[in-house]
Amino acid sequence: MSTLQDKIAKLFPQASFDDGEFLLVNIPDAQWHDLAKTLRDDEDLAFDYLVTIVGMDWTDRLGCVYYLTSTKHARHISVRVATEDRDNPMLHSIADLWHIAGIYEREVYDFFGIIFLNNPDMRRLFLSIDWKGYPLRKDYDEDPALNPVSTENERQDDNTYSWVETPDGKIEKKTIPVFGEDDFVVNIGPQHPATHGVLRFRTSVDGENIKKIDVYMGYIHRGVEKLCESLTYPQTLHYMDRLDYFSAHNYHHGLCMCIEKAANIEVPRRAQVIRVMMDELSRIASHCLFIGTYCMDLGATTMLFYTLRVREMILDIMEKTCGARMTFNYDCIGGVMQDLAPDFQKDVKHLLEVLPANIKEYNKLFTGNVIAKNRLEHVGYLSREDAISWAVTGPSGRGSGWACDVRKTDPYSIYPELEFDEVVRTEGDSMARFKVRMDEMVQSARILEQLVDNIPEGDICAKVPKVLKLPVGHWFQLVEGCRGAFGIYIESTGTTSPMRLKIVPPCLPLAAVVDHITRGGKIADLITIGGSLDYIVPDMDR
Amino acid sequence: MEVTCKAMPYEAFKDNEYIEHLVKELNESGANVVVGSLDKLINWGRANSLWPLTFATSCCGIEFVSLGAARFDMARFGWEVARSSPRQADFIMVAGTIVNRMAPVLRRLYDQLAEPKYVIACGACAVSGGPFRKSYHVAKGIEDIIPVDVFIPGCPPRPEAMIYGIMQLQRKIKVEKFFGGVNRQEKQKEFLETHPVPGVND
Amino acid sequence: MYDCSSITEWIHGLLGSFMPDWLVILTECVLIGVGLLLVYALLALFYIYYERKVCAAFQCRLGPNRVGPAGTCQVFADMFKMLIKELITLNHIDRFLFALAPYLVIVASMLAFAVLPWGNGLQIIDFNIGIFFLVAVSSIGVLGILLAGWSSNNKYTLIGALRSGAQMVSYELSIGLSVLTMVVFAGTMSVGGIVEQQKDLWFLFSGHIPAIIAFIIYLIAGTAETNRGPFDLPEAESELTAGYHTEYSGIHFGFFYLAEYLNLFIVSGVAALLFFGGWMPLHIPGWDGFNSVMDFIPGTIWFVGKAIVLSFVIIWFKWTFPRLRIDQLLSLEWKYLLPINLFNLVLMVLMVLWGLHYPLPN
Repeated sequence: MSTLQDKIAKLFPQASFDDGEFLLVNIPDAQWHDLAKTLRDDEDLAFDYLVTIVGMDWTDRLGCVYYLTSTKHARHISVRVATEDRDNPMLHSIADLWHIAGIYEREVYDFFGIIFLNNPDMRRLFLSIDWKGYPLRKDYDEDPALNPVSTENERQDDNTYSWVETPDGKIEKKTIPVFGEDDFVVNIGPQHPATHGVLRFRTSVDGENIKKIDVYMGYIHRGVEKLCESLTYPQTLHYMDRLDYFSAHNYHHGLCMCIEKAANIEVPRRAQVIRVMMDELSRIASHCLFIGTYCMDLGATTMLFYTLRVREMILDIMEKTCGARMTFNYDCIGGVMQDLAPDFQKDVKHLLEVLPANIKEYNKLFTGNVIAKNRLEHVGYLSREDAISWAVTGPSGRGSGWACDVRKTDPYSIYPELEFDEVVRTEGDSMARFKVRMDEMVQSARILEQLVDNIPEGDICAKVPKVLKLPVGHWFQLVEGCRGAFGIYIESTGTTSPMRLKIVPPCLPLAAVVDHITRGGKIADLITIGGSLDYIVPDMDR
Repeated sequence: MEVTCKAMPYEAFKDNEYIEHLVKELNESGANVVVGSLDKLINWGRANSLWPLTFATSCCGIEFVSLGAARFDMARFGWEVARSSPRQADFIMVAGTIVNRMAPVLRRLYDQLAEPKYVIACGACAVSGGPFRKSYHVAKGIEDIIPVDVFIPGCPPRPEAMIYGIMQLQRKIKVEKFFGGVNRQEKQKEFLETHPVPGVND
Repeated sequence: MYDCSSITEWIHGLLGSFMPDWLVILTECVLIGVGLLLVYALLALFYIYYERKVCAAFQCRLGPNRVGPAGTCQVFADMFKMLIKELITLNHIDRFLFALAPYLVIVASMLAFAVLPWGNGLQIIDFNIGIFFLVAVSSIGVLGILLAGWSSNNKYTLIGALRSGAQMVSYELSIGLSVLTMVVFAGTMSVGGIVEQQKDLWFLFSGHIPAIIAFIIYLIAGTAETNRGPFDLPEAESELTAGYHTEYSGIHFGFFYLAEYLNLFIVSGVAALLFFGGWMPLHIPGWDGFNSVMDFIPGTIWFVGKAIVLSFVIIWFKWTFPRLRIDQLLSLEWKYLLPINLFNLVLMVLMVLWGLHYPLPN
């Protein structure tokens, strides 16, 4: 860490440093773009993966915390940039360095009103263009009369705006049309069977060929991050079930670990094993549903019913232990809520018995099918570099050859002790993404096999104070959800509720990258590609 | 008069007083014999052929998928013909949170449905806003946006609860009158008059 | 085999005994029209029920079983509902074409019914170009679909209609050529003649290799003609909401819905006619006892039974395969099916010339 610090200090004398989990660099806005460029391009640094941009409102100033990771050196760094101007806050954009930064900056603009200079597309992301105020600012007026629920059609703006810095230091606002004048724009969504929820694509097509896609989100933006700020830490947990409802256990695990890390709580071994088993069970269930819905999108409806059969089995196992079919609320701070159901082990063993036969059946029915091959192979190619730059993690990123499994790169819980392979394929097309998920089910089953007979006896939950207060500070935790790296950033001022709780959803980059990989494809390819990325809309919208 | 579904005995329903009240209201105006039996036939057709609109915003939608799968198999009741086009659907199952930005879309979908149309508010979010009720960007129940026939509580409701909810809708349809008299279509009209869509003038 | 024409001739004679000729023909037309409509509606309802049950069986489900015994009344409930469902009138559309389109589709499939061989002597019209007529009228349907897509003034329906146009026009070729192959073999275009030729052995067996190739191509092209999966691009649910009939409601949509199933019946009926002997019972040359037992089963049952079994195969396709993409769909036709078909036609001509097939009755 010190070499990293020395190097940056030498190049940027204005930078100051805070110690934390990772090195935290404070840099004035004027140098930020240069620093970002150095961090990305320097051979020794090579921070090529932008994990997230956390918009912050410290009441006296507005700013961002950037989390960067080097895939080459497996190192993390965070950078803090702030501005004191609350009326007209402006920071420099890094959208030209990391593709995904463009959409992250739009999110920060939407929530905090920070304008990013030189970002070519500064529109609101989740909220409609007529929304008054910036909801995540501390002084946001929540009066429903300002922004009422209306049935009036949302105003549509065909232009996007960009604040550009001219060479002489002035700032100009430019208007850029989203589509050309003669474009045939088809509106797909928000209510459309193929968008897996309420996502909206404005698609400009030339015959059947896609020219450009403009993604609109926010049709299920529920303001979870703001809600969390008024809840105590244990209360925030239950929202994790409702983001990516297939990775409910994994998300719970992430938030619990982040809070436990901050509060210095040691989780009993039994709870750790149970958590990991639940994570892997939900991974199998999630991938099952992915295979089913994906095949259904492609027209092979019957697959859905075969995969849901396995999913129902897993839901039964979870229901016996957690008492719910979907929103489990099982992991709690310090461990898990209840002990395992008596026949948990028996059920899991039965599942492990029938799973291989089922996977074989799926492969026979779909993977080897010549139509499926034609539809999936060489469709929606995403290179490794693009996957990193777009922060496409999870099975989709691994389908492009990027070994980004958090269970391997930043092992947590008991994963380091477990034997499993990280499934990586290099083809980068839709078929690769599909097959990665197929194989991950096998790997998850392998993990379960190792654990099912080795669940240690002991407590299921550590002693946790009734009123949980975190010390002043900030923490960041990544876990592997079913769709990619799920991150939690907590900043605490020492009270019972977080000052800022930022959720880093894996699905936001997945939706952002759709435009990039569908260009030139057919309309039908949009379904293939969108399906293979497997985004969950409530997760990206939060 | 017992209004029931073949799949479930009358006593097993929990809200028979409500249905009996509806029946009383219906019979107050008196039923013509010919028209009455025609009404019965039409109601039988409508009640037994409920095609849902493929519409889901969040978690409840996944339970709705489970409802279609082999274990719960809504095809048994003839509900499996999920139509993607609102013109051809009979009821809209609002499965999931409706946020401010989605409200106009939901209203438009409702307006696009062909008569007779029904609405089921499925899950805590659609009923009242659920766990997100305090949020700045969530509608506190869909009742302000479209008229609702049946509420199904739960977060998300189990598929069994959904079956029960749709059965209740069937029972409600069975006490309707196609040829004049009291029916909920008028209440629906009243709702639409009191909740106009701004910017639409016909 | 019992000849139903004796009944029809008896009715004709009966009517003729007290009516002038023109009135007899008029009465017969009305009778046949009513009968046709009835068969049409009932068959469509049966097919909807059949597909729902078959699909349920493939998906390990039960399918409709609550309305009526074993769910048989489900389709009637659906029909009643559809009949009284609102017909939405839209602004900014071509109203005349919009209303015309579903009728065109339904008329096309109804016309095709006229030449199907329902049984010995049970054919509405048996003229010397029956097969040609069939191919001709079945392409009227595409007009209805194109009009539906165009007149709805909706981008989805437009894309659906254009896809449908490209698809139907392409696959019409394959249907035409494989039918032509069989016509070459039969030496006649008359439906009655073709059935008669299969008295001893069905064409699929007597025409062996070329007939089997023609059958496979016909089945693929026929599936595409009916817009069913894996060729259901015009109404690809996950891409185009409901394709060309997105804007149709009530019974107008019902027409499209019924026509889809009727076309399924027609395609499998024609396959039964061309390859499986129409209403002819299964005869195996030499097995006289077996053949006479088979003759006891009425021809209508043979025909409808064959059609239903063939439809099962097409339904099986739909619930198994994923959907093709539009360019793959077209390249399948133009790059594979069409050349194979042309080659097959030549093969068939050579086979007939050299007499390499099982000898036909005349």
